[in-house]
Amino acid sequence: MAIYMINRILLAIPMLLVVSFLTFILINLSPLDPAEVVLQAQGVPVITSELLAQTRQELGMDKPFLMQYVDWIIACLQFDFGHSYVTGQPVWSLLAPAFVNTLKLTVISSFVIIILSVLLGVLCALNEGKLLDQSLRGISFFLTSMPSYWLAALMVWYFSVKLDLLPTSGMGSLQHYILPVIIITVSYSGIYFRVVRSSMLNNLHQDYVLYSRACGLPERRIILHIVRNSLQVSVSVFCMAVPIILGSTVVIENVFAWPGLGSLSVRAILGRDFPIIQAYVLILAAAFVLFNALSDIINAWMNPKLRNDL
Amino acid sequence: MTSLLEVRNLKIWDSRTEKIIVPASTFQLTKGSCLAIVGESGSGKSVTCKAIMRLNNSSLQQTGEIWFKGENLNTLSEKQMRKKRGKQLCLIIQNGMSAFDPSCLIGVFAREVLTQHFDWGRKKIEEEMINAMESVLLQEPSKIMRKYPHQLSGGMLQRIMIALAIVLKPEIIIADEPTTALDVISQYEVLEQFKKLRETLGCSMIFVSHDLGVVKKIADEVLVMKDGEIVERGSTKAVFLAPKHEYTRFLVSTRLAVSEHFNHVMKGDAVLAER
Repeated sequence: MAIYMINRILLAIPMLLVVSFLTFILINLSPLDPAEVVLQAQGVPVITSELLAQTRQELGMDKPFLMQYVDWIIACLQFDFGHSYVTGQPVWSLLAPAFVNTLKLTVISSFVIIILSVLLGVLCALNEGKLLDQSLRGISFFLTSMPSYWLAALMVWYFSVKLDLLPTSGMGSLQHYILPVIIITVSYSGIYFRVVRSSMLNNLHQDYVLYSRACGLPERRIILHIVRNSLQVSVSVFCMAVPIILGSTVVIENVFAWPGLGSLSVRAILGRDFPIIQAYVLILAAAFVLFNALSDIINAWMNPKLRNDL
Repeated sequence: MTSLLEVRNLKIWDSRTEKIIVPASTFQLTKGSCLAIVGESGSGKSVTCKAIMRLNNSSLQQTGEIWFKGENLNTLSEKQMRKKRGKQLCLIIQNGMSAFDPSCLIGVFAREVLTQHFDWGRKKIEEEMINAMESVLLQEPSKIMRKYPHQLSGGMLQRIMIALAIVLKPEIIIADEPTTALDVISQYEVLEQFKKLRETLGCSMIFVSHDLGVVKKIADEVLVMKDGEIVERGSTKAVFLAPKHEYTRFLVSTRLAVSEHFNHVMKGDAVLAER
């Protein structure tokens, strides 16, 4: 198991390199000249060609493409993502607090989503076809298909404005978390609980369930076996849920004025602040690679069949 | 001879499609004997077996009487039924490879089952299991206990099921096509274990198979099923020597034809070898 973990982590390293290279290329494909953007952002009235050349040199843009990448990646490894074109502040000092804020929201939401999905999925599978199963699936379908910004607006109007129970926006006390977490949970758990439910149903009709029953095991113990096997499928989906939520909090953060990655990235995109965009994309991509590795490791831990695969 | 299990007018149907799978089966199992149920796939053999254990899917409904030691199994509560399963009625299923929870060690599963039926400690369970596994010729049983199902072969898993049955000492063993998924050599070995199992436990057995060769070796009595109905019954000898029903004659003659063809081919080989 330890060997598997080390192997899997080592495998993630080349993946991260490829991902970072792609990020770098994509940003460089943009038709805009970064030097021009910098000068515009700094409010330089007349942009001369000498000024452009000078700025390019400062930014290291005169070096060959691959050298630029190597410089960038080495700097990134030291958490130096350059300086914002707009404010001139180091990217890291802007990104780090925003990242922490988004991470807090993501972790809490993922936690709620996972617990809720597993509970509902197991409950529905055990009552397959009955009223409980059908109504839960109906409600979840209804809630999942609502656009989250609209649902967010509705809930803010009802709980914050009308009932004055919860804050409308911002981030401070625990109460600030309630609405955003509910919105994220509602829009994702509908999908994930279906994954749990269908893999539970899949397992319910396996031979081992029949044999365990034939051996006289009580139903509660058998369900534990089924849940354990069903979660193996769901683990990969859940692990990927974390980076997906991390990347898609943009909408929720803008609705609730959450000072996180989503708000920061939207501002950066509007201001063509390349270093921030680049760092944002890189962090998200890295999160996908890391959580993918994590899901493999958890799967191998839960499913003995996979352990010898690497 | 007294009958240990008596099935009267067992009717099984699918509540969703209203399709009747078994219209009305009546048969009995004599104490200490082996009853074989033969027939092609879809003839209702497996469903009948599972009906005795009350293990069919919830969409399958059943009526009729299943008398076992003065109790009608069909009217027992789920809880009472659970106590009978394993301890008194033991099912051995067809596919060993899928019969065990893939993420549970064999030993852990065995312990889970045995603590359900006995007040034994960990050590006693281990001892009993190892003895039983040795008696079905499984090598290094303590190592097998620490393995996952996918690390073992189908024949081994089948024998682990038999070993578990040996420890549980049920009064009736219901074996649902236990040799079908195995290759010929494992089939032979597993069959030998079944014979021994009957000798050591003295239990009764219901043996489902569509392999007449296997049935001939192990069964005392035979039921032939076709489309859910019992078309012929009798002692194994009688059914094989003088099949009354057309369908049975067909089954026996097909088997004869296959073995004649086999003998013919083998002879042909012998002739070639002589040249």
